[in-house]
Amino acid sequence: MSVLVYTESEEGKFKKVALEVASYAKAVASQMGTTVTAVTFNVSDASELGNYGVDKVLNIANTSEFNAKIYADALKQAAEKEDAKVVIVSSSADSKYLAPLLAVGLNAGYASNVIEAPVSTSSFTVKRTAFTNKAFNYTEINTDVKVVGVSSNSFGLVENSGSASVEDFVPSLIASDTKVQSVDKASDKVSIADADIVVSGGRGLKGPENWGMIEELAEVLGAATACSKPVSDLGWRPHSEHVGQTGKPVASNLYIAIGISGAIQHLAGVNASKVKVVINTDPEAPFFKAADYGVVGDAFEVVPQLIEKLKEFKAQNA
Amino acid sequence: MKILVCISHVPDTTSKINFTEGDTKFDTNGVQFVINPNDEFGLTRAMWFKEKQGASIDVVNVGGPETEPTLRKALAIGADSAIRVNTAATDGFAVAKQLAKVVQDGGYDLVIAGRESIDYNGGMVPGMLAALTDANFVNNCIGLEVDGSNATATREIDGGKETVSTSLPLIIGGQKGLVEESDLRIPNMRGIMMARKKPLNVLEPVDASAETSAIKFEKPAPKGAVKLVSPDNIDELVSLLHNEAKVI
Repeated sequence: MSVLVYTESEEGKFKKVALEVASYAKAVASQMGTTVTAVTFNVSDASELGNYGVDKVLNIANTSEFNAKIYADALKQAAEKEDAKVVIVSSSADSKYLAPLLAVGLNAGYASNVIEAPVSTSSFTVKRTAFTNKAFNYTEINTDVKVVGVSSNSFGLVENSGSASVEDFVPSLIASDTKVQSVDKASDKVSIADADIVVSGGRGLKGPENWGMIEELAEVLGAATACSKPVSDLGWRPHSEHVGQTGKPVASNLYIAIGISGAIQHLAGVNASKVKVVINTDPEAPFFKAADYGVVGDAFEVVPQLIEKLKEFKAQNA
Repeated sequence: MKILVCISHVPDTTSKINFTEGDTKFDTNGVQFVINPNDEFGLTRAMWFKEKQGASIDVVNVGGPETEPTLRKALAIGADSAIRVNTAATDGFAVAKQLAKVVQDGGYDLVIAGRESIDYNGGMVPGMLAALTDANFVNNCIGLEVDGSNATATREIDGGKETVSTSLPLIIGGQKGLVEESDLRIPNMRGIMMARKKPLNVLEPVDASAETSAIKFEKPAPKGAVKLVSPDNIDELVSLLHNEAKVI
């Protein structure tokens, strides 16, 4: 009857979202008066999960790298073994890939982009974002088994003074026709999905040659870089950096928009960020209505100053 | 190659979002509806397969008669025929079950749906459809080539991209990147005229219960006024971010 949670890892280390969904699973389990079982793939030491409320870990060793079909089926077998009524996944690209497959496998209703612990676990109701963060939506899941996808950076990490027992789990792995040929991933850069801070540039920066200061600011802050839709459409920056309604959603702690006017589609995509700073020459730019802090000024003067001040701040607080 | 493109009928991206009937229903009053942008990238990629590889394209929507103008627009862009499954799109699982019937009956080689609709953002229909029809599935797809019964697809992963080989029948959760924004087509007069004569078949739904129900909507609390910092006083901004917002 435990709550099952898929805790993602990379090269044997848990991703931040794994600890967040573990924390979320613990909250659900407490509401339901049950325990948390985590499923991991190829993790040699999963004891860290105990600090986030996991009671038991099922580790599936020696599996291939991520494959949505194979992983979804293995998770289904784990859910059945544990007789889990609630399965928690994250909002990572991989989790969003496998969750619908898992839901069909378990004949479970699935609610994605959930931002809070369930409102109720009797008539199982969750609060999720909809209309690309322009609204919230309370969704009731009517099936016996439920799959819940938790929005990144919404619930946060909640430490617990527990410990997790770890056992090996050997599902019968199914075959898949889909095979990875190549992966192109910048290992030295923070991804938008994982970032606590995102620094984003718009057309106000006038050209791709001016992105040096955006990257420098991001580096000082340990932030990911992003851009507005026109910038990606113009080819100044890669698509993977485009944030907004048709790009990537952002739910960082701090979002700094530089030279971005704040079209409704852009604001929708970044609204879930907790604190927003806008730097723009135009005091009438719509972003000022959506931001927490604003500087009306020329990015080419403000950003270099901000970099200097942040460096001083870092030096003092190191 | 027989392609099916799944089309969601969604409020235009610039729409103001409001709710009615005690915040239980989306208020469609004054709202312009469009092809879901993620689906439009897929439809445009399908047009490439039609023009370069001789594929045929059907488009499908699960919804009431009010969605037909959106399907006609897809026909005007260049799809060959349209299907409307005559039932309200309640939850993603129910929609996927309706689409599964269409896919099985139609014998499609490739099904392209958007990775999510921009209204409910469920992000589940393409994956559920793949599981229900036992087809291969690539989500967040930003590149797709088909050669005979083999396909190569690129998907966005967190912090990068991954290229996979797979085979037909294949279901794609598509998005921008399948084609560029500048590749999107605005229907011309000839396309619009031809679309009127293309078949739009209305199918009655299969029995499929909704597994989730949206019981209430809520709009975000109004935002407090922005705190402005002078460009000559960036120290203050750093201090506010550290002491007040506590984000650095």
